[in-house]
Amino acid sequence: MNPTLLRAVSSRLFWPIVMLVILVAINVVAFPDFLSITVTDGHLFGSVIDILRNGAPTFIIAIGMTLVIATRGIDLSVGAVAAISGAVACSILLGSPDPGAVGTVIVAVAAALVTSLVLGLWNGFLVSVIGIQPIIATLVLMTAGRGVAMLITEGQILTVDSAPFKSLGSGFLLGMPVAVVIGAAIFVVAALLTRRTALGMLIESVGINPEASRQAGVRARVLLFAVYTFCALSAGIAGLILTANQTAADSNNTGLFIELDAILAVVIGGTSLAGGRYSLAGTLVGALVIQTLVTTVYTVGIPPIVTMVFKAAVVTAVCLLQSPATSAAVGRLRYRISARTSRVKEAAAS
Amino acid sequence: MTSTLDRPSSSASIEPPKPLPPRSPIGRVRDIFTSPRSGPVLVTALLFVAVFLIGGARYRGFFSGQVFLNLFVDNSYLIVLAVGMTFVILTGGIDLSVGAVVAVSTMIAASLLQSGWSPGVVIPLILVLTSFLGLLVGLMIHVFKVQPFIATLAAMFLARGLCYVISKDSISINEPTFVALAVTRIPLGGGLSITPSVVIALVVVVIAVWVLGFTRFGRTVYALGGSEQSGILMGLPVARTKVIVYVVSGFCSGLAGVLFSLYTLSGYPLTAVGTELDAIAAVVIGGTLLAGGYGFVLGSVLGVLVLGVIQTIITFEGTLSSWWTRIFIGGLLLVFIILQKVLTARRR
Repeated sequence: MNPTLLRAVSSRLFWPIVMLVILVAINVVAFPDFLSITVTDGHLFGSVIDILRNGAPTFIIAIGMTLVIATRGIDLSVGAVAAISGAVACSILLGSPDPGAVGTVIVAVAAALVTSLVLGLWNGFLVSVIGIQPIIATLVLMTAGRGVAMLITEGQILTVDSAPFKSLGSGFLLGMPVAVVIGAAIFVVAALLTRRTALGMLIESVGINPEASRQAGVRARVLLFAVYTFCALSAGIAGLILTANQTAADSNNTGLFIELDAILAVVIGGTSLAGGRYSLAGTLVGALVIQTLVTTVYTVGIPPIVTMVFKAAVVTAVCLLQSPATSAAVGRLRYRISARTSRVKEAAAS
Repeated sequence: MTSTLDRPSSSASIEPPKPLPPRSPIGRVRDIFTSPRSGPVLVTALLFVAVFLIGGARYRGFFSGQVFLNLFVDNSYLIVLAVGMTFVILTGGIDLSVGAVVAVSTMIAASLLQSGWSPGVVIPLILVLTSFLGLLVGLMIHVFKVQPFIATLAAMFLARGLCYVISKDSISINEPTFVALAVTRIPLGGGLSITPSVVIALVVVVIAVWVLGFTRFGRTVYALGGSEQSGILMGLPVARTKVIVYVVSGFCSGLAGVLFSLYTLSGYPLTAVGTELDAIAAVVIGGTLLAGGYGFVLGSVLGVLVLGVIQTIITFEGTLSSWWTRIFIGGLLLVFIILQKVLTARRR
């Protein structure tokens, strides 16, 4: 092994990318047409496109989650927020005389997003003003949130028949599925806002030491409000996509366990739950790994209900490979190799 | 060496050793209520009594011994789960896998009993398997420094997935011993009765109280939650303790699974979804600090009883829909967290 390879191995993105490549390779072996993309009616179709589309809601939430985790926080309420957002949109659409009109859909979507925004402010308030641990502060909304969604839908599954709303979930824009376009747009906005300005660094500084960054003049409280609100907003958007995909708001099942998938995507992408640094590109890789894994389970012909066992295996593998114990072992290996090369050089010189 | 530690004691009035001026009785009562150790538990106890009295005043037939005992009958598995969770949370960790482990335990029990295994083999096997899963999680957390949240999340996925591997349909339990255990009522006189599950749950609670309050291991658990670094410097067996709490939680989840399968007499892969949240909520409402270091097993039992009494009231009310339970639990959780925050802030 040469040093360049060793440096690549110790990069945080190395193992997730290896995992992704292995998964894609398995798919290509099992299903040679896996990577092919066909164009029908100006829309792109293919397994890869499917992975992107089905993974979009998780990815969108994972972007928000990345920033929250960068502040050493966590947001468990995203699934509940997604359910509430879908419930609000569907109940407005059902209550209106003309659910198919574009204007109605815009009103419904706007109302859902404003609701998500308020829920995000609530989380931000609990974490930054009252100072509750994030995992517990958001547990409150996670527990109560689905109850609230049930309250909005009065315990029913609301089925809506609205073409413009449906296109959020299954429509196409510029040849790509709308959900993928939305995901890409949010990714670009988040990346530009946090990496082209000092915002990302400030968020990381809050994650490393909130007190020190406050004394250095960073407005930690405002930043915490901002990341939780952004996370809830992305959860609301994901909830709309999920609801539009099913054309129904199901308070119990919309976005169920999505918080876990989103957190996994972030962690697989190499962002530490201890906060202080994050990688949006890593989150993208993480979300792709999770969705490709799910698709692989289908294509290879393993019963889809066993997916969770494989998810557990991948999570465990990635976590163990990224752990300090493993990198210490890699470090020892690198040391031994460099010691051996220098000994060989000495031998050659003498 | 360990004697310098605050020894967790069941008497709530022990104060940190600092020179205090003589206090009036009212001041002393206020001290007890504002102590981060005993305050939240006392508030929970008062809340439980208040809610029970309100229920008694509003509904006919609520204020009976059997309604109270049914809180234990219906929640015996949750009590066991909350006990295991208390150990983990006291060290500052968290265990998200308990609900899925309960489900996989019911599945193992149902499928093995169906294929003719004896309960005398099946129950110990479940307890060994779930403890082993806890051991793996503990090792992952300690050796590989994976955060408890992620490690137990992986365990949750694994356990939930294994449920489906065993069967994707509900399996009913017809095994005579299990059925007999499930329908047995232990009369307490006066027309009151409990089930064997309640006895098992209470035995677990008593053992846990003894372990946490009166053994070296228990004191190390509290010390770990207080400050892991200090624990290491004091030469406490931090590594061993940290792994063992997850084994305890795994064991308790397995036992809770057995109790749950007695309660429902079936195994179903989607059972007990979200039970981990109920267990965590019960522990928090019971006054255990999520940062670790403070809390009592009996508090967690009280937390379970509060959740149970809310459920009972919603059943008695009849017109309130089931989703109100979740909203109430969420609201209660919020109140208690803020209460803890206020109490601990005053102490500093």
